[in-house]
Amino acid sequence: MTSAGSDGVGDPANESDGQRDGRQPTEPTGDHAELIADLLDGQHRALARVITKIENRAPGYREIVSQLHEHTGSASVVGITGSPGAGKSTLVDKLAKAYRDRGETVGVIAVDPSSPYTGGAVLGDRIRMASNVGDMDVFFRSMSARGSLGGLSTATSDAVKALDAFGKDRIVVETVGAGQNEVDIVKTAETVCVLVQPGSGDDVQMLKAGILEIGDVFVVNKADMDGANRTVAELEEMLHMRENPAVNLNTGHHGPVSGDAFETAGAGGDDADDSDHSDDAGDSDHSDDADGGGDGGSPDDSDATDSSDPSSLPAEWDPEIVETVATEGEGVSELIETFDEHRAWLERSGQLRAQARTRYAEEIRQLLRADTAELIEELLADRGGVETLAERVIARETDPYAVTDDLLDPLADCVDDRLDES
Amino acid sequence: MSTQQEREGRTIRCLIAKVGLDGHDRGAHVIARAFRDAGFEVIYSGLHRAPDEIVQAAVQEDVDVLGISILSGAHNTLVPKIVDGLEEYGAFEDTLLLVGGIVPDEDREELRALGVAEIFGPGTPMEETIEFVEEHAPDNR
Repeated sequence: MTSAGSDGVGDPANESDGQRDGRQPTEPTGDHAELIADLLDGQHRALARVITKIENRAPGYREIVSQLHEHTGSASVVGITGSPGAGKSTLVDKLAKAYRDRGETVGVIAVDPSSPYTGGAVLGDRIRMASNVGDMDVFFRSMSARGSLGGLSTATSDAVKALDAFGKDRIVVETVGAGQNEVDIVKTAETVCVLVQPGSGDDVQMLKAGILEIGDVFVVNKADMDGANRTVAELEEMLHMRENPAVNLNTGHHGPVSGDAFETAGAGGDDADDSDHSDDAGDSDHSDDADGGGDGGSPDDSDATDSSDPSSLPAEWDPEIVETVATEGEGVSELIETFDEHRAWLERSGQLRAQARTRYAEEIRQLLRADTAELIEELLADRGGVETLAERVIARETDPYAVTDDLLDPLADCVDDRLDES
Repeated sequence: MSTQQEREGRTIRCLIAKVGLDGHDRGAHVIARAFRDAGFEVIYSGLHRAPDEIVQAAVQEDVDVLGISILSGAHNTLVPKIVDGLEEYGAFEDTLLLVGGIVPDEDREELRALGVAEIFGPGTPMEETIEFVEEHAPDNR
């Protein structure tokens, strides 16, 4: 959130404009009303311009996104991540083609890193979009990870909303899988797909750090390469070992009932064993001794979490592994089937709803944090800037806690008053 | 970070396009890199693109600047097609159109008449191109 703080210094004028628009009862200026109407009317230029406004946090973008919201909710969103060179862009190209062949419209957002020094970027994902030449129903948009704009994931999810409102059936968000930013981005998707390329155990090792937990579908791309089978096997093993890390995370991609999981686990081992049979991950610990033997203490843990769902539906989505050769389009239809299965599971298990709830809750929190940071920046500017205050701290005239209290007391009072009223 | 913040809300987006049959993209690569280092966001089209593809990319990416690199001498055929395409999507007015490559003097006026803002031949200093873009990139935002 430090970046959100520094944003305020960057363009206070723009942001405060946007905020005022957002807070007043919607009074669309003619300009934006026309732009929104054009977007809903299916004009590509308007869609492109709206995404630009979202990216730039241009004045009025909040009003636009907020008006688009009621038109969203019909697209299915897939997030694709994986290390550079794994074949993400090529796969996305082939996916888009396959969706188009089924008569569906596609929106793609490809996020590439930007230079932390100049802010510049070369966005190269588009080069791979060779299968959809001249087909405007594949709307491909490159976005750079502009470090200072604060909340890249917010910008991405707003752009997804624009594509959704435009009427795209399928939306694919593609990003390099390294770091918290990327994890946040793919979390805007209903289905998260992680691409792995064969031949480097190191790649799978890397996956341990965060990415393994968020994947619903794993793709071993370049499956015609030597070592693909081994990568699949390694991946399978790691997935079985992952002991349902989502229990404490509540990412929205996995079990929503983390509290229940512990209660049931405490209730008794017998029940746990019974329900195990519906779950592949649980079974492997018993039947595949060669595989599960090395897990050490993990079987107990995974038994406990596997038993979290008392109903007949599997509480956990067991991550699927699909092999593809993206350059040839091999395995792409299987991949789409798997996406559809996951989507169906989300709907049946009520996870889709839970996921959306988590996503919007997080979005509200993020906006609140960003907006509060803006207000505080304004306040700081009014007091001569944070550095002036820091100087006073150095001179031992005051201390950081006193400064903070002094600045936030009015806000705290205001909150107290509100709470008293209600 | 400071450069980034100065530009905040106004990052110049460029599409560097190779159109037609010529396969020499060294110049396009150099320009793409220089633009990146100048803090622009650069989308590179890849080689052998058709005018339609360039139009599609320019519209969808909502670029401020479209730089077309042509070394084959086919500019008189290709550039008008791109201009027509941009007009069709209402993107012509607010896109700064540049041509780089080998363009004979007698063709330059014609390209300008079509709406090309500037033509950069071989040997143009990089700073000149970057300054031109910074000065003339439309303020669409």
